Amino acid sequence: MFPNPQLQSAPASPEALAAPQVSGAVALLQGLVAEGVDTIFGYPGGAIIPIYDALYDFQEQLTHVLVRHEQGGIHAAQGYARASGRVGVVFATSGPGATNLVTGLADAQIDSTPLVCITGQVFAHLLGTDAFQETDILNITTPVTKWNHQITDARDIPAALAKAFYIARSGRPGPVLLDITKNAQLQLFEHAGYEPCTHIRSYRPRPVVRPEYVQRAAELINQAQRPLVLWGQGVLLGQAEAEFREFIEKSGIPAAWTILGAGALPTGHPLNVGMLGMHGNYGPNVLTNECDVLVAIGMRFDDRVTGRLDKYARQAQVIHLDIDPTEIDKNVTATVPVWGDCKETLPLLTQLVAARQHPAWRQRFRDHDAEEVAAVIQDELFPTQDELTMGEVIHQLNELTQGEAIIVTDVGQHQMVACRYARLNHPRLSITSGGLGTMGFALPAAIGARYGAPHRTVVAVIGDGGIQMTIQELGTIMQTGIEVKILLLNNQFLGMVRQWQELFHERRYSAVEIASPDYVTVANGYGIAARRVDCRPDLQPALHQMLEHPGSFLLEVRVTRENNIFPMVPQGCGVGEIRLK
Amino acid sequence: MSKQEYNITAYTENQVGLLNRLAIIFSRRKINIESLNTSPSEIEGIHRFNIVVHESEEVVRKIARQMEKQVEVLKVYFNPNEEVIWQEMALYKVPTDVIAERALVERLLREHGARVVLIRKDYTVFETTGHREETDKLLAVLHPYGLIEFVRSARIAIIKTSQGFHHKLREFERQQPGEEVSENEFLGRRDKVFSM
Repeated sequence: MFPNPQLQSAPASPEALAAPQVSGAVALLQGLVAEGVDTIFGYPGGAIIPIYDALYDFQEQLTHVLVRHEQGGIHAAQGYARASGRVGVVFATSGPGATNLVTGLADAQIDSTPLVCITGQVFAHLLGTDAFQETDILNITTPVTKWNHQITDARDIPAALAKAFYIARSGRPGPVLLDITKNAQLQLFEHAGYEPCTHIRSYRPRPVVRPEYVQRAAELINQAQRPLVLWGQGVLLGQAEAEFREFIEKSGIPAAWTILGAGALPTGHPLNVGMLGMHGNYGPNVLTNECDVLVAIGMRFDDRVTGRLDKYARQAQVIHLDIDPTEIDKNVTATVPVWGDCKETLPLLTQLVAARQHPAWRQRFRDHDAEEVAAVIQDELFPTQDELTMGEVIHQLNELTQGEAIIVTDVGQHQMVACRYARLNHPRLSITSGGLGTMGFALPAAIGARYGAPHRTVVAVIGDGGIQMTIQELGTIMQTGIEVKILLLNNQFLGMVRQWQELFHERRYSAVEIASPDYVTVANGYGIAARRVDCRPDLQPALHQMLEHPGSFLLEVRVTRENNIFPMVPQGCGVGEIRLK
Repeated sequence: MSKQEYNITAYTENQVGLLNRLAIIFSRRKINIESLNTSPSEIEGIHRFNIVVHESEEVVRKIARQMEKQVEVLKVYFNPNEEVIWQEMALYKVPTDVIAERALVERLLREHGARVVLIRKDYTVFETTGHREETDKLLAVLHPYGLIEFVRSARIAIIKTSQGFHHKLREFERQQPGEEVSENEFLGRRDKVFSM
């Protein structure tokens, strides 16, 4: 039924590649090159060997980064995609190789990161037989992919790959998985040439903008006395930063960001009023419940942003700009839905809104900022206690990077501190696992980010919990020589869970004390320069050393053990009930 | 919001795995599918799903949008029962000797709009179509006669106001979305806002 792989295996010599017949594996790699792919993050295995064999002849065009675990591979591809704005590509083998991608797929799905993952699969005649390293990866990944597809015939590879790239990057981006059986990788066929996909009849990535909704939105904005803009990653994904800035600057509306929207407007911009949500800034949270018109742009009203929904912005008329219709009215009912790509809708809106300043309303944000500085920020960034705080580390880092570095964060207390205090002068400088909250994300994502933006300094800010989840990727750094600055904030606790246990569970610390290895020795073992600091006079010189060091560097900073992150909207409370202590 | 029966009609590509992709939209939200029918539509290559759920309008609207978001789904409609014509088919297998001796077969067939599909020496198969109560009624009548086997199909439903899907499909097949594609003419009519 299936061709004998021994007879049909792909020719390896370059001359043979010129022949009209190519293997499925070669067609796949030709397709990747045609799509502009330059970097692949992957790990070989039995069912994907033919693709790796073909890769041998593509070393000039395609850089393959050998990771230490497939989860590291997919997080690296996410970091690459987020830093570069291009599609991240992952290779993994069947079975455990493929299942190790699942966490990254879920992360990419919820954070709208464009990925194309290629998994090897057992021979088609073995499907469903519990063959060695066979898993039903299509059904396992259906809930966590935008689209997935299995290929059992080489002739289907070019079209499926083209469709995969089109789906991954168009509309609301997301991860796509192609599962290719080994016989299809080996099978020879006459390849007519790769054609990119630009249309799928059942798929509408670009909604037609309805001007009357834009008109209605503009009328609401022009009547508003206390308007507030909330922006999310949609602005970045739509590459609409300039259009967004023009809208904000003309309308004079204060604008707050979700964790994934960070950087679409520079941190220092006078209309940037800070971060939303559970550990966001005081002003934008409190004033969400006082604004009269809420303009949500490319954000999805996640529960970490809204707190309790029946206490969220009940007084406000809501304008919601989004490319994904399932987000509109999902959590917060929109008065005016503006369905479309914000790159298109924002300029239309800017044309129609009146130029205004809202001085009294903006002053309210500054007043609340002053409260937050006095209650939280002063002590966090300029502590008087002996022990170091996470906030002062990020503050000192800002002083050195001047808002020009990519900050990749893991998940937990350090993430909240880094996102709250990191200075970002440009878009795509903040990379974090927002929706899924995947510990272990930062180290591999930072590796990928550096491949995606090789001209930028990449600083991975990680806690002592998260780094131990994917610490094996130090091996990837060692082997590739890629330059990543690892800033490890060690409080010897799983800090965020500890904070909740302290505040809401009577300090019953259950399984939150985590021991660490000697990170300096571990890093050195991988050939990576490293240093540990635990006192204030050493901090700035050590950060300077980390950034100036030619090559990767791990800096472990021992910080105070039981600091809590404030402000905080406790779970089950409204944003108006945000606590400063 | 009060729950009632909704009939979800989806037009999709004929694609392996799509049934699972649609089914998990329901199971993830712990919503039970009361009835599911999928079959080729009047258009070659396009399948039609009929799904029945007992839910509030808000939940059904969100589900319909989630379904329509899937790459291989062309269009999804949802309607309460009064907006559709619907039928279920049922088959009843009863012992021929009992039914011939004791039942007034002719009256049975007339009263329940049933017909005989097969008569053998050992058993007879009746068939009827109708709403759930109607197929249930015949089931109750046949029970005393030693019903051997019973099966009921999923519901199929036709939308009363539908103009058919052909013209929509032509729009889908256009390379670029045209101005006339959208049908949301009136502000505030939310069920129309996202129509293609």
